[in-house]
Amino acid sequence: MRRVVRYLILLAFFVLLAGPLVWQLSLSLKGAGDDLYAQPPQLVPADPTLGNYGGVLDRVPIPRYVLNSGIVALLVVAGNVVGASLAGYALARLRFRFRRLVTGLFVVALLVPIESIIIAQFLLVRSSGLADTLLGVALPTAIGALNVLLMRNGFQSIPDELEEAARIDGAGVWQRFWHICAPQVRGVMTVVAIFSFVGAWNDFLWPLIVLSGEENYTLTLGLNRLRGTFYSDPRLIAAGTIIALIPILVVFGFLQRYFFRGLQAGGIKG
Amino acid sequence: MTVRQTHDRWWAPWLFLAPALAVVVTFILFPFANTLALSATDATLLKPGRFIGADNFVRLWQDDRFRVAMTNSLLYVVCVVPIMVAAPLVLAALVNGTTRILSFLRTAYYLPVVMSSVIVGLIWTNLLDSRGLVNNVLQWAGAVDSPVLFLSDRWLTLFSAMLVTVWTGLGYYMVIYLAAMAGIDPALYDAAAVDGAGPIRQFLHVTAPGVRATSALIGLFSSVSAFRVFGEVYVLTGGTGGTGGQDITVTMLIQQEGTGLQAETGYAGAISVVMFVVLGLLLAGQLWFQNRRASR
Repeated sequence: MRRVVRYLILLAFFVLLAGPLVWQLSLSLKGAGDDLYAQPPQLVPADPTLGNYGGVLDRVPIPRYVLNSGIVALLVVAGNVVGASLAGYALARLRFRFRRLVTGLFVVALLVPIESIIIAQFLLVRSSGLADTLLGVALPTAIGALNVLLMRNGFQSIPDELEEAARIDGAGVWQRFWHICAPQVRGVMTVVAIFSFVGAWNDFLWPLIVLSGEENYTLTLGLNRLRGTFYSDPRLIAAGTIIALIPILVVFGFLQRYFFRGLQAGGIKG
Repeated sequence: MTVRQTHDRWWAPWLFLAPALAVVVTFILFPFANTLALSATDATLLKPGRFIGADNFVRLWQDDRFRVAMTNSLLYVVCVVPIMVAAPLVLAALVNGTTRILSFLRTAYYLPVVMSSVIVGLIWTNLLDSRGLVNNVLQWAGAVDSPVLFLSDRWLTLFSAMLVTVWTGLGYYMVIYLAAMAGIDPALYDAAAVDGAGPIRQFLHVTAPGVRATSALIGLFSSVSAFRVFGEVYVLTGGTGGTGGQDITVTMLIQQEGTGLQAETGYAGAISVVMFVVLGLLLAGQLWFQNRRASR
């Protein structure tokens, strides 16, 4: 009996969370012969078609938006993995003056809410001639303070003996970083890469402010246009969102376990 | 055999730090200082502006749009945070286990988390539209005569956006709770079972107290992100912030005042400073509240 109640509640949550996606998929496959507003609502299309997908692709250059989002995401992922690893290594394993001060700077930067500095960021990007460019979209998040601190924690968990042995053998700082320490923190790097990717791929506010030319639109901006363009035809909006979901679902499907591991490592992103 | 231990050059750490410091100082710390400076000027996008002291803040105080935005964002925090703290915990307790079906459900529940607010907003726009699925079902069941105005009524629009936020966030906080629950000593459950506690009492007396620190953290994070809400409200209202801007949030106000050719960057800077202060107060208030509760 208890098991039944438990699974009924779980099923209800499943319907609540997966239902909207299933309905969107069904909507995207409905053809001209379907009454979208039939009562009761019909989940299985009576006149199934892929025409909505063609229709939305004809009128909105979704592949172009995907490409733009991909470029931004690539820049952000590369910047974070490389830049945060380097900085995290220095903060965790090298001794130098002002180390605490620099660590403190990253903590302060972590606490600044992006929304409250976004206008000043835009003025900066605009005055450096990067407004309406993909580089301008990527740069401010190219190395995140949170990722630097995550990498620092990762490097700190490596036992000292490992690096000390290499040092005695005459390994310089770069060799110790590249051959000894970096391979030990691949898991944290993966987490940083995934969360940077998802963050860049899904960001909306910042591209909305920076980009003005449609040829530079990222996927989220392009999708936002769907609502204005096809307000009267939910089937086309549905097809557009399904197309847009495919890349992120593929990434999620392949890298699921890292998503969970990342959150459990305390990598909370607000 | 001689020991060839090397000594790092003094500047080596700074080379490692250079890229990260450059990005963080240029794109976070400098804009932050610049926001503070802007807030005391009458700058616009096209002219640098001059110092006007606290005039922007006086103007904010009398600005109806600012009051509406502040009300909406704070209401967002008040409504969303309790749900975000409680519902994912219940969900996590129910879905915790090793069977294949539970593992499948966990993945399914997490799925909305990786979707952007624009996609989620569009999906729910389709569902909540006056001719959408929800209204269709309500009318078919005879619960309402005319469509419910989920996307145009002043308050309903805001609640719809909250629903979207909760929908996206449930799985996220569920996973964090699951991690915390893994740290609870199983012996506590056994002891409770021996004392005759059923699943509900075990949840209330073992699980919930066991993850208290995590609940506090989730309260903190979800209130900050609720106050910053942007995408959901933007998409559900088609970028307008509702009829006459009555569903605008603080972030939307910053975006509207601070961009475009008519942008008043000084005024937008002042709104940003207020937002920063409110977020600081939210954090401080929660920390104070939790310390007080912990020390009792």
